[in-house]
Amino acid sequence: MLFDQIARSFLLAEIVKGMGLTLKYMFKPKVTINYPYEKGPISPRFRGEHALRRYPNGEERCIACKLCEAICPALAITIEAEPRDDGSRRTSRYDIDMTKCIYCGLCQEACPVDAIVEGPNFEFAAETREELYYNKEKLLENGDRWEAQIAANLAVEAPYR
Amino acid sequence: MVKNTAVNKETEISEETQIKPYTMNFGPQHPAAHGVLRLVLEMDGEVVERADPHIGLLHRGTEKLIEYKTYTQAIPYFDRLDYVSPMNQEHAFALGVEKLLDIEVPERAQYIRVLFSEMTRILNHLLNITTFALDVGAITPALWGFEEREKGMEFYDRVCGARLHSNYFRPGGVRYDMPAGLAEDMYDWADNSVLKVVDDLDSLLTENRIFKQRTVDIGVVSKAQALDWGFTGPMLRGSDVAWDLRKAQPYEVYDKMDFDIPVGKTGDCYARYLIRMEEMRQSAKIMKQCIDAMPEGPVMVDDYKVAPPPRAEMKRSMEALIHHFKLYTEGYHVPAGETYAAVEAPKGEFGVYLVSDGTNKPHRCRIRAPGFAHLQGMDFMSKGHMLADAVSVIGSMDIVFGEIDR
Repeated sequence: MLFDQIARSFLLAEIVKGMGLTLKYMFKPKVTINYPYEKGPISPRFRGEHALRRYPNGEERCIACKLCEAICPALAITIEAEPRDDGSRRTSRYDIDMTKCIYCGLCQEACPVDAIVEGPNFEFAAETREELYYNKEKLLENGDRWEAQIAANLAVEAPYR
Repeated sequence: MVKNTAVNKETEISEETQIKPYTMNFGPQHPAAHGVLRLVLEMDGEVVERADPHIGLLHRGTEKLIEYKTYTQAIPYFDRLDYVSPMNQEHAFALGVEKLLDIEVPERAQYIRVLFSEMTRILNHLLNITTFALDVGAITPALWGFEEREKGMEFYDRVCGARLHSNYFRPGGVRYDMPAGLAEDMYDWADNSVLKVVDDLDSLLTENRIFKQRTVDIGVVSKAQALDWGFTGPMLRGSDVAWDLRKAQPYEVYDKMDFDIPVGKTGDCYARYLIRMEEMRQSAKIMKQCIDAMPEGPVMVDDYKVAPPPRAEMKRSMEALIHHFKLYTEGYHVPAGETYAAVEAPKGEFGVYLVSDGTNKPHRCRIRAPGFAHLQGMDFMSKGHMLADAVSVIGSMDIVFGEIDR
């Protein structure tokens, strides 16, 4: 027993074992990905950059019920609403301060018409804070750009919601 | 700093020369400080005489903020306390609110909660052990451990849509059911993938003489000290106290689970490391049992005064729509009363003391963070050790500043 211990100690048994293990790892396929060209998987539930969606006929979905504004824990959403010329109630202002947003997903949970959603985009870093103060125009533009993917994700998630 | 230094050549250091204990600032921007810990160390040469942790650099006033948020809005704040084990903390808050509301969580939701709590424990310990090893000089474990953490965070992403700040456990259950296929993948992960990495870490670190020299007999906590200072979790179990809330006061379905609580004998950094390694294996065991025993059924209470109605129903039924609007504006009212709910978070006992005055917002929400109690022991644990050993002590305490500063 003692001899065994001394032998192990002098022959650096555990160090050699560790080295062997790291050598084994060296020949394993690498797990890193080449980020801007390759991306990790994202689930349909992913909560990324916000988008305001439209109906297929081009009409904006948001009805200015202000549930998202009410539930937002970070007070990042500001909405002003007034009747449009055709008499329907729409937002005249829909701002999200993306620097305040904590991406908790409560706004999209609260939205009764699936207008505000957190889309699959996570690459919206900007160099100034001003670029991250999103207004209605920017959010609708996001919606138009990501609509296909957002709609597919919502369809996948429909049984769980 | 040093009196009578040999600045001018006449004053040479003689035997009478006194070197006063000098004060050294460690952190808050030191990579081994695990966040924004500022330690003011009184040093005698390289030996620590007194360690004085200065905290508060990450104070965000969470407890006060929660008083101004509805119960639903308060949950994301719990993710941001100990940001390495978010779901366990939501769990404590959810348990507290459920106790006040006197509601029973559906069985499937209980299993999902336990499943994710245990997975979070593995992720937390992987982070702690690997960064601990990094602090004492081993880089490889961090590279291997983070690959497994990445897989675990993908499971987080699939179930709740975020890799860290999950916002998933809600009073009354969990937000969404697990997507199809996730249970199988998690079983596979717990059965193969993570255990392999734990075994590899084991063979890299456990017997390694360098690692042992840096951890054995460093930062010894006696049984009495651990109890006196309010230690919980691996810090307490490392000092030969078999105390785990999952066994002592089983919540959810832990009483149906078959698992062991590892207990250390020596109370040093090495014992705590060994306990975390064993806890990961036990957690993987619990995960597998959870997936095997998980029943079908709802994952939220069937009470639209507390839980929002399903989307399809909200679109169809006027009453459900009214509930939806009520819940997302005013929230639910919790009967007046006070309660303490605690869970065995990876770092120790994470407790929430809730006082409700019958309105839709908590009157007071006191958070008991395990790391705060552990950091108090910094002084007696590092006294008499070398400066480099203070780093070992911090690493083995599993410090995360989100929860300490709150």
